[in-house]
Amino acid sequence: MDLQKLIKGKTELTGKLSKSSPVVISSRIRLARNLSNIPFPGWAKSKQKREVLSKCREVVEGFQPFKGGLFVKMEDLTELEKLILVERHLISKELTQSAEAGAMAVDSRQARVIMINEEDHLRIQVLKSGFNFNRIWKTIDELDSAFEKNLDYSFSPELGYLTACPTNLGTGMRASVMMHLSALVLSNQMEKVIRAVGQLGIAVRGIYGEGSDATGSIFQISNQQTLGESEKEILKRLSNVLKTVIEHEYNAREKLFETERNMIQDKIGRAYGVLKHGYLLNSGEAMNLLSLLRLSVDIGMLETDWRDIIDRLFIENQPAHIQVMADRELEPSERDAKRAEHLRRSLIELPEPDFNKLTF
Amino acid sequence: MAKPIDCNSCNLPATVHLTQIVNGQIKKIDLCENCAKEKGVTDPEGFSLAELLSTAGSSNSETKKVDSPAGQGLVCESCGFSQHNLNKLGRMGCPDCYKTFGSILKPMLTTMHVGTGHCGKFPEFASDRMDMQKKLSQLEKQIAKAIEEERYEDAALCRDQIRQLAEPVTEA
Repeated sequence: MDLQKLIKGKTELTGKLSKSSPVVISSRIRLARNLSNIPFPGWAKSKQKREVLSKCREVVEGFQPFKGGLFVKMEDLTELEKLILVERHLISKELTQSAEAGAMAVDSRQARVIMINEEDHLRIQVLKSGFNFNRIWKTIDELDSAFEKNLDYSFSPELGYLTACPTNLGTGMRASVMMHLSALVLSNQMEKVIRAVGQLGIAVRGIYGEGSDATGSIFQISNQQTLGESEKEILKRLSNVLKTVIEHEYNAREKLFETERNMIQDKIGRAYGVLKHGYLLNSGEAMNLLSLLRLSVDIGMLETDWRDIIDRLFIENQPAHIQVMADRELEPSERDAKRAEHLRRSLIELPEPDFNKLTF
Repeated sequence: MAKPIDCNSCNLPATVHLTQIVNGQIKKIDLCENCAKEKGVTDPEGFSLAELLSTAGSSNSETKKVDSPAGQGLVCESCGFSQHNLNKLGRMGCPDCYKTFGSILKPMLTTMHVGTGHCGKFPEFASDRMDMQKKLSQLEKQIAKAIEEERYEDAALCRDQIRQLAEPVTEA
């Protein structure tokens, strides 16, 4: 696999194709689909999974947007290559373990991603930077309908799209946003938010999905229920909840600067200093420091162009990316040095955050 | 007043009575309040009748009759996925499992989702193809019957209909 092409390419999430936005880093929708009359990947025999792979591969590769992209089988990838794909949010950890007939297809923008033989036969995903459900739905709906012309989906009029796990039944749709909620974290309000949205059937997870922690104050927020509502209704309900969360984050930011101005200025100032002059940074610390810089951009203290760079660094900060940059496997301490070097270089022209330019 | 039924698990008077129809067979279980709580009958998510039957069966030889020989409850005819697998993995084996385990799943869906019926997108082409297949097999049956009854004109008519139906598909 040409990793350099994948890493250096202009993509949706690395700030080179579309402009970043405050609070919401990116949005994504995924659809779970299965072929009829074949057991789900977790229960299928090798031969059946290979049949799914070849059927899906033919359809995916025949679809125009994937022609300039990449199609890879998990068995052909090294561990490091798989990790790169996970760190770029293109595939899940579960797919990397699906050595038998697991595969991924991605278009040249890294905006449309197909996983084959993950938990379901097909996982179709579309992602875009910013808060953008309507456009994503239009793209993924077209993609799904195009695939469906040539693939027999397993579907029941009562239960909708039949999925390996009953929690995905119905629409098979999971919509999520990656949110940067720095002020809610700094003012210890996240637990309250997680509990409140949880009661509305909305789940909050860490940056790398289920079970991951929330370094960099980045959270993934998504619908939990997929049956009993149409796709549009789910998206509308989720959007309303997300708008409220965004509003709370803005309020928390204003309040922080009103009541604890010195504390927040100190944190931002230190982040600036360490990122520009540090020589050892582990990924958690780097994420948290970058998070403070992102906050500075959102509130007017740095030019907005820097936010695109920060969002890219969030991804390039991860262990596999650092090792590919170094072109060899690194011990954790070597990684920390390499990471600090990469951050220093990327931020060499970063001006000091200007506290006089504060705007909400 | 009739003597209260004994709990299948511990022989105390039973106060919780469950009836479920699985594969056309009526399965009944009676439990006292404590055993019902212990086995999660009051919690719809953690409840599965077949599992209860198999554990109750271990202490009461009479209820063993309604259990399958393997002691694992239902098994999907299409893919061989058992209820034991379902309980262990929390996932289904194949699309047909939703028919096999439908009665167990129904109460779980109410707590899991907003509703129990699909209101979203329909796979247009797949449904058309399924409808078409149904129509084709019906017509084929009609032809066979017509030939058997020597109604050759009717058979020819059905054959023309099949040709008409098949045309747009082969073009695509």
